[in-house]
Amino acid sequence: MALLETTGLTASYGDFQALFGVDITVGIGETIAIIGANGAGKTTLMRSISGVLANAAGSILYRDEPIGALPAPDILARGIAMVPEGRKLFPSLSVEENLLIGRYGRKVDGPWTLDSIFALFPILKERRHNPSTALSGGQQQMVAIGRALMSNPEVLLCDEISLGLAPVVVRDIYAAFPRIRETGASIVIVEQDIAQALKVADRVYCMMEGRVTLSGAAADLSRDDIHKAYFGTEHHELA
Amino acid sequence: MNWLDTILQGVLLGGLYALFAAGLSLVFGIMRLVNLAHGDLIVLAAFLILVLVTALGLNPFVAAVIAMPLMFAIGWALQYFLLNRTLGKDILPPLLVTFGLSIVIQNGLLESFSADSRRVFAGSLESASVNLGPVTAGIMPLMTFFSAVAVIVCLNQLIYRTSVGRAFRATSDDPVTAGLMGIRPQRIFAMATGLAMVVVTIAALYLGTRANFDPTSGPARLIYAFEAVIIGGLGSLWGTLAGGIILGVAQTVGAAINPEWQILAGHLAFLAVLLFKPRGLFPRAVD
Amino acid sequence: MTMAIPSFTVETRTKASPLTAIAVIALLLLAFAAPFIVSRGVIQDLFFILTMLVLAQNWNLLAGYAGLISIGQQAFVGFGAYTMFGAVILFGVDPVLAILIAGLFSVALAIPTAFFTFRLYGPYFAIGTWVVAEVVRLLLAQWKTLGGGTGTSLPRDATRDMMGVGMMRDLFGMKASQAGDALTYWLALILVVLTIGFIYRLLRSKQGLGLAAVRDNEQAARAVGVDARRMKTFVYLATAFMTGVAGALIYVQKARISPDAAFSVTDWTAYVIFIVVIGGIGTIEGPILGVIIFFLLQNLLADYGSWYLLMLGLLGIVIMLFAPRGLWGLFSDRTGIQLFPVRRVLKGGPLNLTHKGGPHG
Repeated sequence: MALLETTGLTASYGDFQALFGVDITVGIGETIAIIGANGAGKTTLMRSISGVLANAAGSILYRDEPIGALPAPDILARGIAMVPEGRKLFPSLSVEENLLIGRYGRKVDGPWTLDSIFALFPILKERRHNPSTALSGGQQQMVAIGRALMSNPEVLLCDEISLGLAPVVVRDIYAAFPRIRETGASIVIVEQDIAQALKVADRVYCMMEGRVTLSGAAADLSRDDIHKAYFGTEHHELA
Repeated sequence: MNWLDTILQGVLLGGLYALFAAGLSLVFGIMRLVNLAHGDLIVLAAFLILVLVTALGLNPFVAAVIAMPLMFAIGWALQYFLLNRTLGKDILPPLLVTFGLSIVIQNGLLESFSADSRRVFAGSLESASVNLGPVTAGIMPLMTFFSAVAVIVCLNQLIYRTSVGRAFRATSDDPVTAGLMGIRPQRIFAMATGLAMVVVTIAALYLGTRANFDPTSGPARLIYAFEAVIIGGLGSLWGTLAGGIILGVAQTVGAAINPEWQILAGHLAFLAVLLFKPRGLFPRAVD
Repeated sequence: MTMAIPSFTVETRTKASPLTAIAVIALLLLAFAAPFIVSRGVIQDLFFILTMLVLAQNWNLLAGYAGLISIGQQAFVGFGAYTMFGAVILFGVDPVLAILIAGLFSVALAIPTAFFTFRLYGPYFAIGTWVVAEVVRLLLAQWKTLGGGTGTSLPRDATRDMMGVGMMRDLFGMKASQAGDALTYWLALILVVLTIGFIYRLLRSKQGLGLAAVRDNEQAARAVGVDARRMKTFVYLATAFMTGVAGALIYVQKARISPDAAFSVTDWTAYVIFIVVIGGIGTIEGPILGVIIFFLLQNLLADYGSWYLLMLGLLGIVIMLFAPRGLWGLFSDRTGIQLFPVRRVLKGGPLNLTHKGGPHG
């Protein structure tokens, strides 16, 4: 049933434990939002699933196969691609090269090609030969998403894609999500922008201090529930 | 007339130095590793070619072609099993391990081949030359130079036009994110060093046919390679060729004035560049 | 800063150190008496060990503490030796005095050398120092008065009439050659004591803490006001002085010089690097242990020629990979013993916090 499932996932950076037994499931074609404040463990969760962080304990199952011990290239080869926090484009590569390298470890034919990425984000076609450092933050984020899509992933992990971007730019980027969903891929987005996340997600997990404090269908969750899970206090009017 | 000839010989010698340097430059560009055994690996490849030529009676060029995959394998294994373990923030382990490796290779060669000077004979090609108007150029020096140009063109094509080249550059930028693209940095590094050893084999072919070499010739080749890289500026293979040419011309001009000044003149040219253009003559804009 | 809180004290002393002090004094007294106790051959061996120890301590200070990995220290050994030869042969200076002059000239050489090589990024600095050593070697090989490429010898009477030799002959009834060996041995011993004393004091001082900060994180050190470049330059010049003095002293005893020998990268840098790596880089004890092991290995394996060097190279690689802090590091980690404690330990205060830091941190 579940495509991706973590059970009792824990992770630490040296002496600092960042995750305490996290259980999440992602179904086929589902869009999941993981929300929470800074330091809630969202990015650690993404890094553990994608294989960047090696010292995670607990189980991560993908199509019922344990993948927790695999390094990042093996995770990608199985169909889980990540848009890392902070975009992490390769400065030595042009826009087009940044997109092409997304296929390096997983050359699978599917809906996503250079052309369909350019159709999704037309501005990138104009700037395809520019160095990636010459782009605006929003355009760089488009490249980062396009780069992950180039492997035609079954699961797309998006870590903090609205961070540091103006609201109008965030809207443009999220406008691409319905098209990504149409291809049948599952999407996991990690967001601090709750409103944006709730708009695209089927289900929501709220994290605080390394634990899942709330989960449920996006439509069923009240603002109060989320606020409590997010901040650990009763809802007070935000200043 | 005479001077023109001296400068031409220097330019052609620069091709040899660029061949010494290209592998060093490639490896440094991708993993910020300076292999102090680079010169000794050139000499090792020269001995390998010598063995193939004398034991199997092969033509040196055929021998070099056979030596290339062997040297690639040596470089790949060396990087994958030894040098990858030393990479990290601290520059001390890679330097000391490659320094130890340099001593090991030199003394291993001394044990196997004695301290005698050797040479790879290339037959009639050695004495053949062409008249270029007022000057004459030997066929072998010309081939050396054009091999250097060809190596640089090929490496640039590989780095800037192929999928593997993209992976080289991406890994150099950020090995962790490269992992998310399915790139295994350890293997990319091994491949880069293997490739550097293929270039080293080409350099060794011309080193061995041009002049005498012995097991202790390595460190001087490392120094010439290093000088060519620094004169040219880090990060540009064409700059490395220019650096090699400047070094070669300085040496032949120095030698024309006084034969004892050949090497010294090259070093002084290097120091002069370091004094006036500390980032080299053709530095990359960003590094 | 925590150090301003009165209930804290910063200590570098460990339990072993008072005992060490007594042992060191006893050992030194014995060492000074050695020429009266043991044979001339042993004194010559000890001289070799002591001078290699000076070179090793200096290289260790450069690479293990200041992060300056040089493979060109033979520049200062050779230049110091040639300066001494020049002063004795050309100006008739007493060799003992010439040794000091050699140290000063080595500093004079180190200034332009630092100017050039400090422009090179880390690993390339290493090769840059080597190029400078080659340049100095090639230039001195042109100096025909000092024998050019083939080299020359010290005049016999220069070492026979050396400062102190006459006195030792009168006082102890030694023969000239015996007195010469004893004198160079004592000078080497004094040089070892001064070198280790200088390094120990430097590492325990505020500057030493700055040096450790620079090595661990140059940018952070700079941010808290440590002038990294100045610290590195100071260390580079200081080691040039001591290395030059050691080079001159070695060649007073050898009494014969040639450019290839005096600027040998194997003798004055490769061996020294192996001594430090095997013994333990980044500790004062490491080179001491390393030089003893090196001497034993050399005596055991000297007949095997290049096999010996090959094995030394392999040993260096293995230690760098599996015990990067050398044999002393292994010993110290197991026993907690430090003969020269330079690590700072915070004592007292509300919590029993141990401040890990200092050059070993």
